[in-house]
Amino acid sequence: MSADTLLTRRQRDDLRTVAAMIIPASDEYKVPGADDPAIQADMLATLGRDTKLVAAALDHLARLAGAPLAELDAARRDAVAQEFRKQGGAAAATLVRVVLQCYYRDDRVLRSLGLELRAPFPRGHVLPDGDWSLLDPVKARGGSLRRAP
Amino acid sequence: MVCVSRSANIPGSWLYSTRALILSFAGLADRERPNRPKSGEGEEKVAMKDPVDVLIIGAGASGAAVAWSLAETKMHILCMEQGGWMNPAEYPSTGRDWEAKFYGEWSSSPNVRGRPEDYPINDDNSPIKVVNYNAVGGSTVMYTAHWPRLHPSDFKVKTLDGVADDWPIDYDALTPFFEENDRMMGTSGLSGDPLSPLTHPPMPQQPLGLSGAIIAKAMNKLGWHWWPSDTTVATMDYEGRARCINLGHCTPACAQGAKSSTDITYWPHAIRAGVELRTHCRVREITTDENGMASGVVYYDKDGVEQFQPAHVVIIACNGVGTPRLLLNSASGRFPNGLANSSGLVGKNLMFHPYAQIYGFVKEPTDSNRAPPTCLWSKEFYDTDLSRGFVRGYAIQFGRGAGPVFEAVASEQKGILPWGADHHGVFRRLNGHRLAVSAICEDLPEEHNRVTLDPVLKDSHGIPAPKIDYTISENSRKMMEHGLARGREILEAAGATDICINNPIPWGGWHLLGTARMGTDPQRSVVNEWGRSHDVKNLFIVDGSIFVTSGGVNPTSTIQALTLYIADQMKQRLANLFD
Repeated sequence: MSADTLLTRRQRDDLRTVAAMIIPASDEYKVPGADDPAIQADMLATLGRDTKLVAAALDHLARLAGAPLAELDAARRDAVAQEFRKQGGAAAATLVRVVLQCYYRDDRVLRSLGLELRAPFPRGHVLPDGDWSLLDPVKARGGSLRRAP
Repeated sequence: MVCVSRSANIPGSWLYSTRALILSFAGLADRERPNRPKSGEGEEKVAMKDPVDVLIIGAGASGAAVAWSLAETKMHILCMEQGGWMNPAEYPSTGRDWEAKFYGEWSSSPNVRGRPEDYPINDDNSPIKVVNYNAVGGSTVMYTAHWPRLHPSDFKVKTLDGVADDWPIDYDALTPFFEENDRMMGTSGLSGDPLSPLTHPPMPQQPLGLSGAIIAKAMNKLGWHWWPSDTTVATMDYEGRARCINLGHCTPACAQGAKSSTDITYWPHAIRAGVELRTHCRVREITTDENGMASGVVYYDKDGVEQFQPAHVVIIACNGVGTPRLLLNSASGRFPNGLANSSGLVGKNLMFHPYAQIYGFVKEPTDSNRAPPTCLWSKEFYDTDLSRGFVRGYAIQFGRGAGPVFEAVASEQKGILPWGADHHGVFRRLNGHRLAVSAICEDLPEEHNRVTLDPVLKDSHGIPAPKIDYTISENSRKMMEHGLARGREILEAAGATDICINNPIPWGGWHLLGTARMGTDPQRSVVNEWGRSHDVKNLFIVDGSIFVTSGGVNPTSTIQALTLYIADQMKQRLANLFD
């Protein structure tokens, strides 16, 4: 069963609203916000084992807001969000993590960060060997192991 | 080379030429547990099973090593592992969601991971949470491959510093086994570190990389020791393993097979040599006979059916939490406080290595997730200097960086990555610029730090789960504060800002040590100086639970050297193994 059906319409709306509060779109960096439909769809499709805690977090958020988050004025919404993050515990942390982990694997976002759009395997990465003459002072200083009787 | 008696090369010969012959055959033993199957299907299976010469419980770092070492005796060796074989095609780095998996099915915490192979651990009463992995290869599937050895002085803590206890063996006894193990696991590194025991890694050290160079310059500025870490990451093709291609963080398994884990090092050799490895078998208890000898194990097979496997020798290799759990779960009328527990020390003296971590962000790019996580170590503060306000010391591990998801999640939690319009700018300053310094502090043994059985929590087979009670000592606290202060100096010398700490790293209970300590005094130790239980003469323990003290370094290299040493002792003593 997908999270689409596990989260209520109200919960999905609030998730979209709070996601945009965490990461809004940016013209400067040419990236979407975390409320972007594709990123939201990724969240809902991959909630999996996090569904229960995310749902609990959204319920907590709804209690704090007393109304759909999107209907609050900006100042009230910010106050609710701050309270939510401060006192939301593991559930709030899970919700935020879900938003971040889906956002930072989106192609448009990774491209903006200059990261490659691929899994690490099988190409891997190239690491510079570095200047091992940096070790010369350590070798020159020397030292010895503490003696054991 | 190990020493093996000539007769031991004849299949099964030792069993019929030693006291083993007169020991009870497990199928005939009068087991004491009330839940022993007396009749019916289970009993038929019991009757059908032949005893094995050696039964090893656990196929991780130590279980694999002891299986391989004993294989040359040609005894019938069976290893039972509660997990299964790993499939590298499913490792996180093969997918775009590789970072997210670390928060779920690839979490280092068994409580979060919750795979069928895992057992729950009640670590609510501990600031450091237990992390492990249950599969063929054990926690070597999911470790950082950092490969220091305990120092010679670590074996003589009481003599040198008047604390804890000396080990009943010394570093020199383990030296040939360290070397043998390094060849088997395949290590990389640079020989000649003046402040570490001499090693001879068969492969060159990892590249310094961007992060390593920044750290090296900072350490040189301070005039402090650093050296490229010995690791079990293959830097060239080695024994069927492909060289490291820098997939990223090695901890949640290596799809390339460059990181050494025992499923791809020891186990193929052990199996080719005739060792039988039975997976998805969870041992519930070790049984004993009327002579007080181990007679076999009760376990649940892959279908969840209770079985009994008789054995002439039982070797436990379940780590410092799993081993005391099994011994305590093996209580019986003859051993009411748990098996091998006449000293009362089974489960006590748990040592973790509290990690004090400090990290920051430099202007230059770091290696981020594009390299193995650790590259350098420092032993500048390893030895006791009482002017620091604590006894013993710590090694430093340096971290190369993190991937974007980890960076976003960790920095948001620390409050340095804001919500809202500033998020993007701050993230770009942090991501790919992290450097970490971790002090791995020697944890001294304290009996109140312990593993017991949880009265309520059970695993999927109904076996009581372990419960951890652990506090960080005042000595360790001072050591951690010292490590953080020196770490701050290092980061500042590197030009880092936005400095944060994890003190301790909460999910940092990688090293599970001391809960069935070795020693010569049966009243003060669980096993003798070559790993045999004082109480049960055909029961051996080879994992980290037999550590007397923890040293201030990652223990896997020493665990495996100790395992090979014990296996060698067993082979040398075959004629009088149970005397």
